[in-house]
Amino acid sequence: MDIHEYQAKEILSGYGVKIAEGGLAYSPSDAVQRARDIGGHVWVVKAQVHSGARGKAGGIKICKTHDEVEAAAEFLLGKRLITHQTGPAGKVCARLYVESGVDIVKELYFCFLVDRSSERIVMVGSAQGGMEIEELAANHPEAITKIYVKPSVGLQDYQAREMAFALGLSAEILSHAVKTIKGCYRALRDLDANMLEINPLVVTGNGELVALDAKMGFDDNALFRQQKISELRDKTQEDPREMAAADRGLSYVGLDGDIGCMINGAGLAMASMDMIKLAGGAPANFLDVGGGASAERTEKAFRLVLADKNVKAMLVNIFAGINRCDWIAEGVVEAVKKIDMQIPLIVRLSGTNVEEGRRIIAESGLPIITAETLAEAAEKAVQARNEVVARDMAKEI
Amino acid sequence: MAILINENTRIVVQGFTGKIGTFHAQDMIKYGSNIVGGITPGKGGQKHLSLPVFNTVKEAVHQAGAEASIIFVPPAFAADSIMEAADAGIKYCVAITDGIPTQDMMTVKNFLCRFPKEQRMILTGPNCAGTISPGRAMLGIMPGHIYIAGNVGVVGRSGTLGYEAADQMKRLGIGISTSVGIGGDPINGSSHRDILEKFEQDDETKVVVMIGEIGGPQEVEAGIFAKENMSKPVVAYIAGLTAPEGRRMGHAGAIISSAGESAAEKVAMLKDLGVTISPTPAAMGATVAAVLAGI
Repeated sequence: MDIHEYQAKEILSGYGVKIAEGGLAYSPSDAVQRARDIGGHVWVVKAQVHSGARGKAGGIKICKTHDEVEAAAEFLLGKRLITHQTGPAGKVCARLYVESGVDIVKELYFCFLVDRSSERIVMVGSAQGGMEIEELAANHPEAITKIYVKPSVGLQDYQAREMAFALGLSAEILSHAVKTIKGCYRALRDLDANMLEINPLVVTGNGELVALDAKMGFDDNALFRQQKISELRDKTQEDPREMAAADRGLSYVGLDGDIGCMINGAGLAMASMDMIKLAGGAPANFLDVGGGASAERTEKAFRLVLADKNVKAMLVNIFAGINRCDWIAEGVVEAVKKIDMQIPLIVRLSGTNVEEGRRIIAESGLPIITAETLAEAAEKAVQARNEVVARDMAKEI
Repeated sequence: MAILINENTRIVVQGFTGKIGTFHAQDMIKYGSNIVGGITPGKGGQKHLSLPVFNTVKEAVHQAGAEASIIFVPPAFAADSIMEAADAGIKYCVAITDGIPTQDMMTVKNFLCRFPKEQRMILTGPNCAGTISPGRAMLGIMPGHIYIAGNVGVVGRSGTLGYEAADQMKRLGIGISTSVGIGGDPINGSSHRDILEKFEQDDETKVVVMIGEIGGPQEVEAGIFAKENMSKPVVAYIAGLTAPEGRRMGHAGAIISSAGESAAEKVAMLKDLGVTISPTPAAMGATVAAVLAGI
């Protein structure tokens, strides 16, 4: 789960990380009021959307007058920001963070991550801040310092000092740097975050170390014990279909293609999508219905897949282990009847009670296309989709 | 021989008396697994499925000679159960539980390193379908009937995709020595590489199939191990050619977050390392058959 910049800053501030003075705004007049409260002559108006690279997408405005703050707020509120992290659909900005301008002397990159290879937490820093880390890793790998933290012992002062020196920080702010770095680590550990990124971390004109941006991502599996973090969830920043799926206990990811998928198991789902692609089609979604796919769950999954109006054919691929093919077949037949499905449906069943399942589908009298193997299922799905597209085109002509 | 489990392995079930534990314990007993009891704290001394229930794993080891365990404990308590098993002297543990926090798994991995390597419990999972040595023992939640005994070792992250592989092989008359699910989480007990090492040492296994997916460095690490240390051919399929970057595909670990983690990149690297690639998920069986024919 991701949170907004202002939320991450509030958290980090509680852990001793210095941030610029700022406030949240929901309207242009709010924004001006925040600027007045903060005082000074320069303010930064920042779109709060769950994505990095907001600056490049025009989501961050530097303002020198209250009028400029108002204009920036008017421009940004309701705007759809498209970055390489949001995908082509972008994310709508409904909140602004107005922050005091900071006199920047030096920009640094700093983050903590869970490293899968070493199974430790890794601290990553670079004296060349202000650039995306992917860009930095590709062009200047030598400019990146990585320090691994053993979870049983935790981050030690000497490691924080090592990082501070690697970032090129002077002796005068060393103790403040250690406090900042250790504060970030404690926040990550205490709150079950799997990512914490400050880009840029800046040295200011008066020699302070300030987190100018902050991004935190949390382990979904740990949210059950992080009540306060769960409450920070901003549903407007998430794909509504994915949210609806999560609420129903299904795992769904919307994609750009037009063949809807309902599959049990994440690996088999990915493999089925690969088969669709290899057969010349494109999947509309990833959907894992999980182990205990009841009739009710099956119907919900169907509704979810078909809510995407791009979908021109639907593939169901179930390998029943704990499940039973006859239960799945009953669920599918019921769902198709209830929903009054208008597009071709391809069903491939395998595993426990497969003969019984196939018999139920065959005897339902519904125009369901069946397949025995994975390859056959994908080919038939693509073929059915192509027929629908050809028919639609013929209609238009 | 098979690896990790056979018909003699003395197995206990952690989370024995719960609904899920009960259901799968029955299934494993029916398959022929040597289940000798289970653990539910507070219910020690009772009988469940005509088998003894213990309060602690230590009691199960001392009184029932437990060697292997399978965990059906809910995510919030699962890490603790794994560590209890390791401390009690269990040699092999399968964690079925889905949804264990990443930091808990880091703690578990760290805890396991306390033990000298020869005494260290082997853990597979969490978030996996378990391990089966067909015809001998099943320590998992898979449909046992889709596997036939033979000399192909299987290791994979995904449960149902592993079933798909077993099914394709069965259709071609190809049997399996042992099939191991290592689970879909970002941090897991054993890696692809760890299991390849076990298969290399197993006389019965002639070919190994590795079923991987997007995210993480494990498949390539395993490929490097295979090139440097294995005499047996390795066949691989990597799921997720169509997965977009930065999005989690069901499994907590299935997310492309850095270079080298996409399916296409992994396939290219594995090919360079001499691994035979199954070009599609539907060709896993046929690819194994071709490799077997060439031995």
